[in-house]
This record gives sequence, structure tokens and C-alpha cells, in this order.
Amino acid sequence: MMGWFVLKSFGGALITLNRNRMRAGISILGIMISVTAVVLVASVGAGGQREIERQVATMGNHAIVVMPGFQHVGAVRTSQASAVTLTIRDASEIYSRVPAIREVCWGRRDPMQVIHGHLNWHLPVVGVNPGCFAVRGWELADGEYFSQVEMDKGSAVAVIGQTVVERLFDEGENPVGSTLIIKRIPFLVIGVLQAKGAAPAGSDQDDIVFIPFSTAQRKVHGAKFIGSVEAISLSTFERDDILPSVDRIRQILRERHRLRDDQPDDFNIRTQLDLASTYEGASQTLGKFLLVIASISLLVGGIGIMNILLVSVTERTREIGVRMAVGAKRGHIMVQFLIEAMTISLVGGCLGIVFGVLGARVMTVIAGWPTIISSDTVAAAFVFSLAVGLFFGLYPANKAARLNPIDALRYE
Amino acid sequence: MPAFILLTVWTAVRILGRNRLRAGLTMLGIVIGVGAVIAMVSIGEGAKAAVAQRVATMGTNVIMVLPGSMTSSGVRGGHGGAVTLTMSDGIDLKKRIPLLRDTGWGKRDVMQIVNGNKNWNGTVNGVSPGYLTIRDWSFTSGGPFTQQDMDTAACVALLGQTIVENLFDAGEEPVGAVIRIKNMPFRVIGVLAPKGQSAQGSDQDDIIFIPFTTAERKVFGTQFLGSVGALFASTERTDDLAPAVEQIREVLRQRHRLQPDQDDDFIIRTQVDIGKVQEGTSETMTVMLFTIASISLLVGGIGIMNILLVSVTERTREIGVRMAVGAKRGHIMVQFLIEAMTISLVGGCLGIVFGVLGARVMTVIAGWPTIISSDTVAAAFVFSLAVGLFFGLYPANKAARLNPIDALRYE
Amino acid sequence: MLIECQDLWKIYRLGDVEVQALRGLNLSIEQGEFVAIMGASGSGKSTLMNILGCLDQPTRGRYSLNGIDVAGLRSDQLAEIRNRQIGFVFQSFNLIPRTSALENAQLPLFYRGVSLREQRAMATSALSRVGLQGREGHYPTQLSGGQQQRVAIARALVAGPSLLLADEPTGNLDTESSREIMAILDALNKEQGMTVILVTHETDIAAYAKREVVIKDGRVQSDRQTQPVARLSPSGA
Ligand SMILES: Nc1ncnc2c1ncn2[C@@H]1O[C@H](COP(=O)(O)OP(=O)(O)OP(=O)(O)O)[C@@H](O)[C@H]1O
Ligand SMILES: [Mg+2]
Repeated sequence: MMGWFVLKSFGGALITLNRNRMRAGISILGIMISVTAVVLVASVGAGGQREIERQVATMGNHAIVVMPGFQHVGAVRTSQASAVTLTIRDASEIYSRVPAIREVCWGRRDPMQVIHGHLNWHLPVVGVNPGCFAVRGWELADGEYFSQVEMDKGSAVAVIGQTVVERLFDEGENPVGSTLIIKRIPFLVIGVLQAKGAAPAGSDQDDIVFIPFSTAQRKVHGAKFIGSVEAISLSTFERDDILPSVDRIRQILRERHRLRDDQPDDFNIRTQLDLASTYEGASQTLGKFLLVIASISLLVGGIGIMNILLVSVTERTREIGVRMAVGAKRGHIMVQFLIEAMTISLVGGCLGIVFGVLGARVMTVIAGWPTIISSDTVAAAFVFSLAVGLFFGLYPANKAARLNPIDALRYE
Repeated sequence: MPAFILLTVWTAVRILGRNRLRAGLTMLGIVIGVGAVIAMVSIGEGAKAAVAQRVATMGTNVIMVLPGSMTSSGVRGGHGGAVTLTMSDGIDLKKRIPLLRDTGWGKRDVMQIVNGNKNWNGTVNGVSPGYLTIRDWSFTSGGPFTQQDMDTAACVALLGQTIVENLFDAGEEPVGAVIRIKNMPFRVIGVLAPKGQSAQGSDQDDIIFIPFTTAERKVFGTQFLGSVGALFASTERTDDLAPAVEQIREVLRQRHRLQPDQDDDFIIRTQVDIGKVQEGTSETMTVMLFTIASISLLVGGIGIMNILLVSVTERTREIGVRMAVGAKRGHIMVQFLIEAMTISLVGGCLGIVFGVLGARVMTVIAGWPTIISSDTVAAAFVFSLAVGLFFGLYPANKAARLNPIDALRYE
Repeated sequence: MLIECQDLWKIYRLGDVEVQALRGLNLSIEQGEFVAIMGASGSGKSTLMNILGCLDQPTRGRYSLNGIDVAGLRSDQLAEIRNRQIGFVFQSFNLIPRTSALENAQLPLFYRGVSLREQRAMATSALSRVGLQGREGHYPTQLSGGQQQRVAIARALVAGPSLLLADEPTGNLDTESSREIMAILDALNKEQGMTVILVTHETDIAAYAKREVVIKDGRVQSDRQTQPVARLSPSGA
């Protein structure tokens, strides 16, 4: 019975809206613009989020990074390293004592001038053990990684990133097999890595040369203390292993460094999870903030619906009186106006979704921004616009329903 | 005409007063729109000012020369490393380029610093006296090192606030104390006034300055004597920066014997460049916030248009009567435009008030720096007037184009 | 000659149907005349009045007012003429709702750029001219039909027009109010030499006029002087 009535009311709403086409159209336009903005902002936000997640993922697989230095409360420091608190022994000890650790990596980096033929380039040269490639998730594009054998011998071999290839090699030249000069020592390029792109902080991760740690220590960096490393990276078998492993690592290192209970750690441990939450958190906050601001326009559009509906109630006071006189209940009148409001907001919302999706595509194509339109966004926009119609329709609908039939009939 | 305008405004106010709820809701849209715009712009401006302030902490008219080359993606962040810049480059620049007021140089490394039972990993920066002048470091106590300290490679140090906080107890006087860097005793002769975050966001007060010669000979263990991590220079006037950069480039290329086809083996950046990059980011942010907030104003404007169209329809006969007694199209047009602009103006003024309050609240609650300039307020005012004008045009024109006889007959 | 109509046509098109409201009507009226226009419903009286009042334009034919051909004028010039030379009184009063009698009477001056004080003074005297002194602040809903029509007349005459057009001014009024309204129109014609053209269905109302024009099917059927034209009135060229 009520279903039939709702259906009839819906038809009536369409007729009424069509009669005041201009007015309804403009109200729809307002909702449409707002929903477009909301969908657009949400999709750009989601795209940015995905991009950052991708960048964080380039750090490696389930990675834990241990750096020398004191733990700081508050902001993450930009400058670490140098203090000699971590050694290769620390690294191998952790590897052998924590079963959840799959692979270990240690290294030391120094920016240096690297020469190939007539080209030269200033970039980080990193001495690492072979385990680093797996831990940091570096894939080969060509050639091979160096192995424990080269590491033991201290061979002058190098594995290079894509940016280095672009900078130091001519188009079409095959880097594998060629020679790089670092600190007057010729290094044989044995591998080229696949591109990783920018790190979350914005630096170019592909602008890098890897050489065996032993070679770096003896011939290139000239270590102040033999066996000291700048950082130790570890990967775990499972993502869930990260947190328990961190505690074990801390315990082992404190023990090895002979720290008393009242002394603070002389190293600090960061995980991919921390990094992810730092960067993802920041962009999430920004995204949410922008979404809130965009939603304000939906509020304004809703107010517009309410206003135009109030006009409609006033104009149709006599009609409402007649309906009541022939037996319409308050609920009937209420539903009639609510359906009118929700029709406006729904049509506006659907158009807004369409334009928002189109706008997101255009932004990706023209401005190159990554955008993602999830079905969640679309569903939320739909529900949200319905809710706006319902919410802002309530007051006018109620006002209509509360009219006194006699007064309504007499209304001029 | 003034009497006409006056009466028209009065009429508009009365008509709006008569439909108080309707006018109020329409205004509310504008209030929210303008409020959002003001609050967002104030956040953007606040962020911009914070960045500008950080850039200013670099010094005045500073030029920085770093070793290395440019990448295609822009300016590289790497400091130190390649031995392409030397002390004598710095001395020669000062000698050969009169535009330069001062030159200085420095070299930095992160080291463990110990005071009694406390220690700290901080950036130790070996600098020439000129560096401190260029970077505008001032002192809360003590003073800079002298040329004599330089010449004798004295073990003296100047401490930034962060170092002081971490190495000394509250109330302890650092000047005169002896700290250890690389196990060598250094006498603290000055404490630097705090500068806060740099343009890039790092803590500038986490720093220790020692004489360049001391750093080179006793602390860092340099491979090449005289090599520096970075050269600094400053000019008298901001306008001199660009020509000075060109002259520095020329002198350095000559000194480094670079062939015309070779790239620079150094990077020159000015304070202005750095400021631009940083301000560019916050500018983008401001534009984005402004754009998204303006959508509310747009939707509010659409609300004005709609309600005015209703008003035109309702008052069609009245328009006919007015035309019958001699109102010209312009009169009718102005009447509705004034109505639209009254709504948007009152809404705009209220929006300014709420926007300013909102910005204050955000500063107090979220701690975001916000700035409300008179420009912003003026722009919001003009903007809301313009919204009324723009969205009033269509309904006003629709009213003015009515045919008097049809309008009079309208049911 | 104040008004000259030659072969006036007004054709309304409603889809395929064509309604010829005026079919080649000829009419001349001199300054200072008091003319009653009569005719059956639908004969085209209102159509003619609207054209005479420069509210509407004829489809064909020539209408000149004070020697000026109205057809060639722009909408703003027509508005100017309505404002300065013509006063219009409607059957349904057409006062602006929720606006005081004084302000309603002020309306033509409002569009003429007269100072506010002058507007007040002129409107007040126009209202007292129609016997509404003391009612300046009343709103239309607070006035009787006759009083509302008198406000409308005050509005029509406040700007001192030379031509007053009244389309069934007494159509919605009782006999007493009608008599008061006609007395005012008669006085305006007699004392100020204002040209008055009046549409009515009632012969006793038409009797106030000095000339009676009967319209039938959009043409003048008969046109006769019922009283001699007052000698006093200045006769136009
Ligand atoms: N806007 C219009 N569109 C179509 N036809 C019209 C229009 N206005 C008037 N008419 C037609 O023109 C004819 C003359 O109408 P008009 O209003 O002039 O008659 P009238 O003589 O004033 O009648 P009444 O005495 O009833 O007022 C009528 O047939 C009418 O239907
Ligand atoms: Mg008629």
C-alpha cells in the first residue's frame, strides 16, 4: 500500500520538478557540482595514496632498518650515521640469532665522482653485502648481482641503477661488461638494476652504484673503523614477523653493545611499517582535510535544496490543503516532499558521480595525476547525496505536513 | 539616480526581510562559501609565511655553491664528497668579484659530541668566519671565533640551541665549558641564537661550528687539504644576486679549467631560488585549498540565482506594473541585481567574520599557522559582490526582458 | 491631434489559430477629450487600450501619440513615454503588494529620478487629490477596493500626464465607489484638461464622457459626441 503510494509520489515529484524545470535544474546543478568536487578530490587523494604506498613498497620486502645513533623523541631526524656503533658482527649475529630474519644487508654509502669514458657523474656509491639486493628488493634488468665470492675477494665489480645508465652511458651502449672509474680504480659493471623511481621522501633511488662492501671498505671509502657499517637492513619472512623481530634485534644489540639498563639505545630501528605510517599518515590527513572542504559545498547545495523546497511548499499551500481535505495524512504529504528533495539530490549526485569520474580521468590524462575511483567512493557519493536530500528535505516536508488544512485552503 | 539606488536598496532589504527564512538560507550558502574561502586562504598564507620566514633564516642575499652537477630532475640535494671546490676558490671569488660582500666556506660531518656523561650525534660544521656573517648567525651568549682561532686551528666551538639542550642541564652555562668532539677537548666560546627549521624542514639549531682549519686538520681528516663542502657568498642588494651568480660561474669554470662543452662541476643556488621552490609548493597548496573552498561559493551563488529566479516569477505582475508606470529595462535589472548583491554582500561580510574566527580556531586547536591579510578580506568582499553580480545577472536579465503586457497578464 | 490610429491591426497567433483582436481600426482623439469606449466582451477594447498606453505594439498600422509614430521607438523610449505622458488605471488596481499607498503613488516619480522629498510631496498631494489624505501609510490589504483604485489613480496622475487611460476602472467596484472614481476622472478632465479615455460596459459610467466610441470585432462601429466639447480645453493641432 505504502509502496504504491511512494511510487505514485515519485511520479508526482517528477511531474512537479518538470513543471519547474529551471528551478529543479539549478538545484540539481548545485548538488552535481558539489558531488563532482567530492568525487574528484577523493579520487585524486586515493591516487596519491596508492602512489605513496607504491613508493614505500620500493623500500624492500618486510624491511627493518637499524641505524647508529640515539633514538630521538618527536620528529624523525634527517642526519644520522657516522657514529661507530654498528658493525658487520652485529649484523651477522642478528641474522644467526633471529630465526624470523630471512636476509640481512649492511652497507656504507658515500657520494663520489664516477667516471665512464668522457662522462662523469657525482652520486652515492654504496658498499653492500650481496644480501642487500634481496632485502631492498632490487631486481636485475641485465647481467647479475655480485656474490659472496666477489665479496670475499674484494673484487672491483659494480651493479648500477637506471639513472646511472642514463647519465654515464650513451644511447644503445651496453653497460654490462664496461668499466667505471671510481677513485681512480676501474670497476667492471656486472649488473644493471631495474628502476625503482622516487623514494617517498622524493630522492631518486635509481641514482646509485653498488659495489661489494669489502671492496668499498678497503679501496674506496677508506673506513675509519674496519667492520663498521652505516646501516643494517633486514628482511623478515612475513610482514607479521616485523614487530617481534624488532624487539629481538634491540635485545641482541643492547647485549652486544654492553648497554646498561639505564642507558638509552645507541642505535635506532625503523621498519617499513613506521615509514608507511609516517608518509601514508601525512597524505591521508591532507586527503581527508581536502575531502572535508569539498564536502562543505555539498552542505551549501543541500541548503539550496531546502530553500527551493520551502518555496515549493509555500507556493503549493493550497494544493496541500486540498490534498488534506480529501484525506491525505501528514505522512503522505511528508513523503511527497521528501521524495521531491531526494529526487533532486539523487539526480544531482548521479550526474556528479559521472562528471567526477570523467574529471578524474581528464586530470590523469592532462595533468598526469594518479587518480583512483573506487567503488567505495562512488557508493559513498551516492549514499551521501541521498542523505543530503533526506536531511535538507526534512524541514520543508515537515513544514508542509504540519499545515492546518483549513488555513492551507484559505492561503493566498 | 542616487534616490533611485537608495530606494532600490531599501526595497531590496525590505523584500528580503519579508522572506526572512528564504533570504537567510540563501545567505547561509554564501556565508559558508566565503567563510571556507577565507579560512583556507588564511591557512595557505600562514604556511607560505612560515616558509618565507624559514628561508629568511638563511641570511640575506645568500649564494650557495655546492660541488657536483645538476640532474635533469632539478637541483640535487647532495653535499660534500667530490673535491671540486676549495678554499682558494672562495678567496679568489671574493678578490675578483666586487659585487660580493662576503664569502665563506664550510664542511660538515655528523659526529658524536660528549659533555660529561651526556652525548649527542650532531652535525659538526667547520666554517670560516665569513660564513657566520653570511648566514646571519647571532649569539645569545659569547661570540664568534676570531681570525686568530682560524690561523692557529684553535679547539673552540659555537653551539646551536638543540645541542645545548641535549648536552647541558637546564641552567648550566655552556660558554666556557669544555666538550669533546672525536675525543678532543673543545672550549665553548659562544651559544648561537635559535633559527628553527630550515626551508627544507631540518633543524638548523642542531649544529656545532668550529674553525674550518681545526676541522680540516684535527677533526675530519681530509683527503685533500683546502677542499670545502660548500662555498657561501652574499651580495649587498638582492638585485645583485643574478649577475653575481653569473660571475661566480665564470670564475669557477675558469679556475676548474672546464672546456666550453663540459658541464659545470658545481651547483650555484641563491636564497631566492630556494625560496621560490619552497614557496612554490605552498603556493600550489594555497591555490588548491582556495579552489576547493570556492566550489562552495559557486554552489552558494547558484543558490542565489535559483531563489532570485523564483522571486522574478513570483513578482512578474509587479514587474509589469513597474514597467507600465515607466520603469526602463535598466531599472528592473538594477533592482534585481541589487537584491542579489545585498544577499551576497551580507553573506560575504558574515562569511568574513566566520572565516576569520574559523582561522583563529584552527590556529588554537590544530596549531596551524594562519594569516588573515587585509588583502584576503578585501578580496573576499569583492569576490562575494562579484558572485552576487554574476549569479544575479541571469535572473535580473530575465526580469528586464519581460514584455510589460505579458507580465501584467501573468497569473 | 493627441492620438491618431490608422488601420490598426492586432493579430494573436496561438499555434494554428489566429485571433484578430483589432482589424483595421481608425480613431483620432484630441487633447482634452473625455472618451468612453464601449463594446461587447472580446471586441478588442483592452487590446486597443494597451496599444494606446504603449504597453503593447500593433501588428500592423500606425499609431501616433502627440505626432510621434510609436512603432519606431525603443523599449526605453516607450518606458519614458509611459512615465511622463500616460497614466494607466487597471480594472484589477495592480498596486504593488505590501507596499504603502504613498510608495505606490510615488512609483512613476521613482523612475524619473525626482528627489526623494519631492517624490513624497507630489505623491502626498496626488493622494489628497483623490481624497486619501491620512491614508499614506496604508497597505493595499488595509484599503477597500474603491480606495485601492483611488491610489491607482493617484499613481496615474502623480507625474502630471496628458493622457489618462482607464480600462474598466469601476469593473470591480460597487456603485458608490464607482461614482467617486468617476467624479475624480471627470474633475481631472474638466479642471486640468487631462485627456481621459475610459473603457466600460456600463452606460451610466459612459455617460460621464463627452464622446462615446463603440467597438465591434476590432473596428469602430460608432463614434458620437454625447456632450459638447468644453470650450476651455486647449485643443491640440
Ligand atoms: N494575449 C492574447 N493572446 C491571444 N488572444 C488574445 C490575447 N489577448 C486578447 N486576445 C483575444 O483578443 C480578443 C480581444 O480581447 P480584448 O481583451 O481586447 O477584449 P475586450 O474587448 O477587452 O473584452 P472584455 O470586455 O471582456 O475585457 C479576444 O478574442 C481575446 O481572446
Ligand atoms: Mg478588456
